[in-house]
Amino acid sequence: MLIKSAANIPSSEITDKRLYMDRRTFIRSATGATLAVAGAVLGADSVVRAAQPAPHGKRLENVKASTYSTGERPNTWDQITTYNNYYEFGTDKEQPARLAHALITEPWTVTVAGECNKPAVYHLEDVLKGSTLEDRIYRHRCVEAWSMVIPWVGFRLADFIKKCEPTSKARFVEFTSLSDPKQMPGARVPVLPWPYVEGLRLDEAMHPLTILVVGLYGEVLPNQNGAPLRLAVPWKYGFKHVKSIVKIRFVEQQPLNTWRRQAPQEYGFYANVNPTVDHPRWSQATERRLPGFFKNSKTLIFNGYGDQVASLYSGMDLKKNF
Amino acid sequence: MTSNQAIRWVAKPALFLGSLGPATWLVVATLTGQLSANPLADITNETGVWTLRFLGITLAMTPLRRITGWNAAVRFRRMLGLFAFFYGSLHLLTYLIADRLAGLDFPAGLVAWQTVNALARATVSDVLKRPFITVGFGAWLCMLPLAITSTAGMIRRLGGRRWQLLHRLTYAAAVAAVLHYWWLVKADVRRPEAYALAVGLLLAFRVWWWRRSTKAPVTRRVAA
Repeated sequence: MLIKSAANIPSSEITDKRLYMDRRTFIRSATGATLAVAGAVLGADSVVRAAQPAPHGKRLENVKASTYSTGERPNTWDQITTYNNYYEFGTDKEQPARLAHALITEPWTVTVAGECNKPAVYHLEDVLKGSTLEDRIYRHRCVEAWSMVIPWVGFRLADFIKKCEPTSKARFVEFTSLSDPKQMPGARVPVLPWPYVEGLRLDEAMHPLTILVVGLYGEVLPNQNGAPLRLAVPWKYGFKHVKSIVKIRFVEQQPLNTWRRQAPQEYGFYANVNPTVDHPRWSQATERRLPGFFKNSKTLIFNGYGDQVASLYSGMDLKKNF
Repeated sequence: MTSNQAIRWVAKPALFLGSLGPATWLVVATLTGQLSANPLADITNETGVWTLRFLGITLAMTPLRRITGWNAAVRFRRMLGLFAFFYGSLHLLTYLIADRLAGLDFPAGLVAWQTVNALARATVSDVLKRPFITVGFGAWLCMLPLAITSTAGMIRRLGGRRWQLLHRLTYAAAVAAVLHYWWLVKADVRRPEAYALAVGLLLAFRVWWWRRSTKAPVTRRVAA
């Protein structure tokens, strides 16, 4: 009988049991990591989440009607307060409605600086003082090709600019939004360079259609819509309507607005609503009037406010200055 | 009940019903007004995201089988892949109706040859003009032959090897779908990034597995 000797394997060649087990741990943890990633993706991505409409606020007194209002039927309070962009509270449309309630809007100050005779820190009451509040029912056109009709309450920005007494050097107005990571979860994420900055040419800012908004449907403006003070320039895309304004600066040079800084080939300084100038990634020729099923409406040049504002841009190439 | 029967009569029907969940929920939410103020955007986004998810889950079946040794995983792959195609087709259909058709005029009424013609032209020009639409449409085109050749008869007709080669188009579909998502967001790319990472890991696993199995010397395997 042939008795085989045991295989002569030096102990150094036998894989250490620890290492051997490690391989399994590695595979297991790699699997775990993959599943965790997949889980995070699946969990973090529910596109539609129920958003509660804003609670109704204090009614504003002495609000006058305005001939600048459109006769179109406004969107509902629920629609306006649950669907909008306010990236400081997150990039989903329903996030402002879910997260903005904690924002403290009282007291509120606006810092005025730059080329003017009255630079100061203004309390909100002083910004409003002497101005007439008006109902302004405006068409609101988002650059994403949806639109609403919104009954803002506001007053002419020109009223406040006059108080600040801009000097002859002031050619543009720059606005800055609040960016407070403590109150605004979206501002903790660098999806945009914070704070949010926007700008207007001085003559655009002085135009009677340009208003500072403090209310909606006759009530104090809900936080998610940019309380306590936001801009409305109805012939421009929504991203020009800077929210929760904390600073206004009069400047000589054209300000670099946030979206233009982010993607200059996609967003311009003027951002006038224009059906013939497409966003590089989608068409602006038509828009979906929310809630809008099936038939889109034709986008109007200057969002239908051409009679009032076209003269501001006479002789300008609107394709170049988009 | 054998495990074979359990898969056939319990697990697969359960997976089928579960996979219909998102679509069912969308229909119910639309009819009961639970979507946002822009329901068409919600439907577009949800169907798109579920296409990506099903593509990812489908691609996870083979790694799951290799790592756990649970060979039955492969038996769910076809259904999952077909659901990716199902949600992708709903997504495409939403785009065709809510984006393309809704932007047209209907001088001859909605139901007219002219409408079909105009819709086709509007779609083709959009697909050619916008890169994110191009890759999105490309992803759907990659899935189309896979759905058509998903039957046992087609596998037989094509031959296993050629069929397998053709069905690697899934990889292209997944990559194109991630690009489509990435290029459409305005600034916040965190979600597209997460999907890119998931798809990247799933494809990297295949490369790793392939290198591992071609490198391992045959003799060692025999000795072991």
